[in-house]
This record gives sequence, C-alpha cells and structure tokens, in this order.
Amino acid sequence: MKNKTLSALIWAGVALLGATALGGIALNRGESINALWFITAALCVYAIAYRFYAAWIASRILLVDPTRATPAERLDNGRDYVPTNRWIVFGHHFAAIAGPGPLIGPTLAAQFGYLPGTLWILVGAVLGGCVQDMVTLFFSTRRNGRSLGQMARDELGAIGGIAALVATLLIMIILIAVLGLVVVNAMKHSPWATSTVAATIPIAMLVGLYMRSIRPGRVLEGSLLGVILLLLAVAGGGWLDHQPGLREWFNHPGLPLAWCVIAYGFAAAILPVWLLLAPRDYLSTFMKLGTVILLALAIVWLQPDIKMPALTRFVDGSGPIFGGTLFPFVFITIACGAISGFHSLIASGTTPKLLSNERDIRMIGYGGMALESFVAIMAMIAATVLDPGVFFAINSPAGVVGKEAAAAVAKISSWGFPVTVEQMSLLAQQMGEATLFARTGGAPSLAVGMASIFGSAFGQGMLAMWYHFAIMFEAVFILTTLDAGTRVGRFMLQDVLGNIWPRLGETSWYPSVLLSSGMVVAAWGYFLYIGVIDPNGGVNILWPLFGIANQILAAIALCVATGILVKSGKLKYAWITALPLTWLVVITSSAVWEKLTSPDIRIGFLAAANDLASKLAAGALPPEKAAVAPQLIFNQRLDAVLAMFFACLLWLIVADMLRVCTRHLSGKPVPPLSEAPHHPTRLEEAWARD
Amino acid sequence: MGARLDYLKRALLRLWRGIRQLSGDDAYERYLAHCAARHADATRLSRREFFLRQEQQKWGGIKRCC
Repeated sequence: MKNKTLSALIWAGVALLGATALGGIALNRGESINALWFITAALCVYAIAYRFYAAWIASRILLVDPTRATPAERLDNGRDYVPTNRWIVFGHHFAAIAGPGPLIGPTLAAQFGYLPGTLWILVGAVLGGCVQDMVTLFFSTRRNGRSLGQMARDELGAIGGIAALVATLLIMIILIAVLGLVVVNAMKHSPWATSTVAATIPIAMLVGLYMRSIRPGRVLEGSLLGVILLLLAVAGGGWLDHQPGLREWFNHPGLPLAWCVIAYGFAAAILPVWLLLAPRDYLSTFMKLGTVILLALAIVWLQPDIKMPALTRFVDGSGPIFGGTLFPFVFITIACGAISGFHSLIASGTTPKLLSNERDIRMIGYGGMALESFVAIMAMIAATVLDPGVFFAINSPAGVVGKEAAAAVAKISSWGFPVTVEQMSLLAQQMGEATLFARTGGAPSLAVGMASIFGSAFGQGMLAMWYHFAIMFEAVFILTTLDAGTRVGRFMLQDVLGNIWPRLGETSWYPSVLLSSGMVVAAWGYFLYIGVIDPNGGVNILWPLFGIANQILAAIALCVATGILVKSGKLKYAWITALPLTWLVVITSSAVWEKLTSPDIRIGFLAAANDLASKLAAGALPPEKAAVAPQLIFNQRLDAVLAMFFACLLWLIVADMLRVCTRHLSGKPVPPLSEAPHHPTRLEEAWARD
Repeated sequence: MGARLDYLKRALLRLWRGIRQLSGDDAYERYLAHCAARHADATRLSRREFFLRQEQQKWGGIKRCC
C-alpha cells in the first residue's frame, strides 16, 4: 500500500514537471528559453506515455503473453531466428530505425519556429509513431516474423500487399534522391567536406577486406580501425584544404558531385556486400550512436539557450526553405521522429525474429521509437540554438534570397532575422569553409549547430574540426542508407521483374543485377539531378514528397493493424491505431491537395510548371534558366502525378481496410487471422535474461 | 572493498559482452555454441565462411531505415 502511494506520488511529480516544462516552452514569448526545458518536457512525456499508455495497450489490447513461445524460440536456427537478450534486441532495433531522417526533418521544420515541430515530435511519437512500431512488432511476432507486405496480403487481401510493395519502392527512390541531395549540398565547393566523404569509401573497403580476409569476422577490431581512419580523414581534409593545387581536385559545384553520388550508388549496389556496404554500415552505426550520445551529453552539460522564436512569420506558407503553411506541412516535414512508416518494415521481419519474450515488445517497439523521437528533439535544439538569421542564411536556397551574399543578408534581415555579411564570413572561416550560404538541406546547419555546441563544451579552437566531423558523420550514414536502399530497391524490382521473365528474378544472375540496379539508380538519380539543377533547391520539392510517401507507408501499417484489431473482436479499442491513421489521412490528403492546386508557385507543382512555361514562352527567363526550364517543367508535372498517385494509393488501402472491417462486422467471410498457434515457452527465465 | 571491485569487474565484463553481441563480434562463437547444443553431428562452417554467409543474408532485406 505504501509502495503504491509512493509510486503514485512520483508519477504525479513527473506529470507536473512535464506539464510545467511543456507549458514553459509553449507560452514563452519574446525571451530566450533554455534547451533544458525541451529535454525535461520530452523525457517526462515519454516516461508517462511509456508507463501508462504503452503498458495499457500491451496488457489490455494486445494481450501480450509472457508464457507464449516467440518465433525466435520455436524456429531458432542460430542465424536469423535467435532468442536474444532484450537490451541487445533494443540496440539492434534502434540502430536500424534511427537514420538521418530525424536529424534533417526537424532542422527544416525549424523555419516555423521551435514550437510546432517540438509539439508534433512529442505528440506524434507517443500517440502515433510509438504505437505503430509496437503494434507492428507485436503482430509480426505473432505471425512468425512476417513482413508488412505479407501481413497486408494475408490480413486484408492482394490489394493491400501490392500497395505496400509499391509504396515501399517509391518511398525508397524519393528518400535516396533527397538524401543524396543533402550530401551534395554539404559537399559543393567544399574541398574539406568532399575529400573527407570521398575518403570514407576506401576506408570502408579496407575495413571490409580486414574483416573478410585478414581477421575474418572480427567486427570490433575492424570497426575500431575504421573509426580511427575516419577521424584521421577529417583531420586530413583540413590539411588538404590548405594545399593550393590539391584542394582543386575536390572543389566542385553541385552537378559533378551529383554524378559522383549516382556512380557511387550504382557501384555500391553491384559490388559484393562485404566490400563496401557491410563495413560502411558498421562504421556508420558506431559513429551514429557515439555522436548522438555525445550530443545529448553536450546539451545537458552546456544548457544552451534557444534563439529561434516560438513561431515565425513563415507559418503563413512563405518560408524560404520549403513553401507551405504550418498545417499540413509541419506534419509532412517531420515524419521520422514523430511517425515514420519505414519503421514498420524493420518492426516486421527483422526484430521479431530476435525477441525472446513477448513482454519485451513494449520496451523495444514503443521505447525504441521514443528514443528516436528524442534524437529528433536534439536535432531541433541544435538547429534552434543558432541565430535565426544565420539559420536562414545557411538554409535558404539562392533562388529565394539571391546569389550575392549582400542581397541574401539584406533579404533575410528584412524578414526580421538580422544577419550580416561579416557575421556569415566569420562563421564560414571558423568552420573552415569558403561560404555557408545556400547550403540547403539541413546537414550543414545541423553541423554548425553541433559544432557550436561541441565547441562550447570541448573548446572553441576545434570548431572547423567539429563542423567537418558532423558533416562526415551525417554523410557516412546517409551514404549507408543510399547503398542499402538501392540494394533493397534492386531486390524488390527483381521480384517484380521475375514475374515477367523468371531469369530476371534471379538475384545472382549478373545481367539482371546490372539491369535492375541500373533502373533503381536511374530513378533516384533523375530526381537528384533535377534537385541539383533546380535554382530553388530541390529540397523544397523532394522533402515534402518524401514526407508524404513515408506517412503513406505509416498509414498502410496502421491500416493492417486496425484491420487485425477489428477482426480479433477489438473494435472498441481499434481507435489506438485508427486515430493516428485518421490524422495521417487528413494531413497527407491535404498536403497532396495543396501540392496539386495551390496557385503559389513555391507550393503547387502545377502552378510552378505553368508559371515557368509561360515565362519561357514569353522569353522572360535569363539564358541559363531557359536552358533547364523544359526539364524543370516536366519534373513539376511528374511530381504532380506522383503526388496524386500517392493519394490514390492511400485511399485505396484505406477503402480496402474499411471493406474488410465492415464485411467482418456484418458476419461475411474475410481473410482469416493468420496468427501462429500458441506454444508454451520453454526458455528458462534466467537463460533468456542473461 | 574486494566485493565492490568484483562487482565492478563483472559489470564491465557484462558491458563488454553486450558490445560484442550487439556488434556481431561474437556471432561465430554463438553459432558454434548453437551447433553444439542442437546439431552435434553436423559439419560446421569455418569462421570466414560463416561471416560471409551472415553478411550476405543480413543485406538481403531492409536493414536500415531513414
């Protein structure tokens, strides 16, 4: 009894602290607010949601059963099905779900001010993203670790399965293009960044050779070697930057760098995995976890002040980084970190094959996403501790603020975010760059934010080193996503092509490998190319498309989950997934609607295409713009078709789910639940936990 | 004092084992243990063969997210 009272008191204290911190963030106007408030609010929200909401879902709705044997136990084969300690599974799961997305989205969304993004990251995660990850993990565990696509086919029907496959392939293509663009924008005319990123390729190969031939399977030794070499590459880039002849080798504009990224993607897709993909992934995982921990420690230690206002004038849709009003675009821009459909692919398939007990599902599914959401909060902090003027100067594309530094600072200052040319050149000099203007995409401003946080925590003398360390860190795991995504896209395409001609489906037949890899690379390479030649910075077009695609994948996962809940007789509780699903349908549909019909050329695809076409016809474009105009016009129209296709896909699967549910409720036959039968667990408690 | 040192030593050892398992450094040892427990008579892959097969299998599907 005493314990119960104590626990109630503690949780009431956590709730009060969280509410105070959230209230402080939300109601603060005019004066700067400390980053520690964000950390406090976030931790309290996650703790309460995890303790009460997640526990309630697990015990009352999913009916998690600790006595039931998991697929890892029943199908244990020592390779992919292996019962594993829950902390290890948590580590694997988190390393898999946390990519560059939660770092980039919040940085871009900071153009609305710190408040909208922060609230959406918190609310979206605890009511949407975490629930999606947890229920998908649970349902996949009950189905022998089946993938989302297979579950959609089994539980809803063929339409669901095909929709999941198509959405996954498309999201992959848009994702890779936009990530490639972020890397290109970080590397253009920066010999230091370019040479460091280039050096990661031979380093990864060396590590690959080490792990394959010199010391087979010694992952930690190889990774340690690689991490040391990567740090040396960052330092070496700084030296190279000061060598007059040598630096020109790595000093390139965006377009040649984009071709290099495309060539790299193709090479990575056809080379054996041990040579490039696998070792690069080991390095990026170590870098990622290390940097995230370092950033958290630095923020807590340093307690920087947030300089961005709570809300900016750009909530009206005139934002320089991407066009569009607060609703719905903040919800589209921050996908990863709040709710990310991609996670459902990890939570089904890989992770459930490692679970040793169903009771770990809450910690791994819900907790893993809460941690990723926390990473997004830290990215938001790193972006908003910058002077707003500096933030906009780094992130605004030249097409919006002008190519000349003087014009750009005048424009940005006129928005009410004062910044000077001297301030920007001093900052660029401190970071070891020629210029920081128009580095749209989030990575460079995040790197400046991280460098200033790390610099204040560990010494200002190393600012340039920290900046390039942050760029290298982001580039390494963006390129890992690029490799892995191209490879997965290739497998999916081969799967489809195999239906037309069986030989094309053989994953080891070289002509088919070349053909399908080429097709996938050509698809994302096209969007990357257009993004680079677009003077408004392709991020304005590509990031919303990626957000829409990712949210639609989340909607598919939530449709599958809602369908299963209704079919298992839990209609009363189906709102736990139906509520976030409804919200996703509302935001993605209205985002697509705006993207199609808005007369604002920075938002509407068709408006932009028509505007450019009439200017081209009237001869009102300068020659260098007129040369690329036809390609840009075609691309805007293609994007419009793509957005419409996404919306149709979403409505199709929602309608299919509703059809299955109403049939079930009116007693008509539906595809039966495909849950594997109950077997009691034999794993001894001590063995499973140790 | 001795007990506390011992406790620290065990905690560090557990952390080290966790890191090895998380990174896959001990995957081959776990594979050998699995073989010994389940299929005593079957032939075992060499360390190198096992590592290559495992990497190949790992990258056959979606393993990394945005």
